[in-house]
Amino acid sequence: MSDVIGYILIALGILFNIFGCVGLVRFPDVYNRLQASTKCVTLGTVLLLVGVAIANGTGAMAAKATICAVFVLVTSPTAAHAIAKGAYASGVPLWEGTIVDKYAERAKQQEP
Amino acid sequence: MQILMQIFYISLCACCFMCLYRIGRGPSAPDRTVAIDILGIVVVGFCGLLGLATGQDFYLNVALAWALLSFIGTIALAKFLEGRSFDE
Repeated sequence: MSDVIGYILIALGILFNIFGCVGLVRFPDVYNRLQASTKCVTLGTVLLLVGVAIANGTGAMAAKATICAVFVLVTSPTAAHAIAKGAYASGVPLWEGTIVDKYAERAKQQEP
Repeated sequence: MQILMQIFYISLCACCFMCLYRIGRGPSAPDRTVAIDILGIVVVGFCGLLGLATGQDFYLNVALAWALLSFIGTIALAKFLEGRSFDE
């Protein structure tokens, strides 16, 4: 029974990984790519590792997979935030269909 | 069950190749940094799946170390990207 639940979770996780990577290839902008790929791939990998932990039962592998899932869940949004700030600071242009630019608005407010 | 595992492997390999396409093709440096980050996370999941398939638990050690090193490398690259425009 736990095997079936684990494999279903692994399949869902790999589906989310594929969605995230397709977004990484298809989207037009650095920020759009960051948005699509980071969230989808984080959720997919966490689901995959939780599925490995459930399918394995109670052992050293399940504990390590759980630790790894928590670590990925904490560190991946941090890295994405750092990349977004770095990309904006290094002057990558936004896509022409972008509506909101909060960084530029805040810089304009602080200027006068 | 063997066929299911092979489908999983092929799907994750397709994810890795899409990330490699973006690393090679990306127009700017932050594109490549994003793709390197995503490739690291996908490989962590791949290591977990290999650990389940083979029953060896050292693959999970590899996954933990890979996640840590990928995070530190991504943070360092992001800092590098952020600092370069201040110099120019």
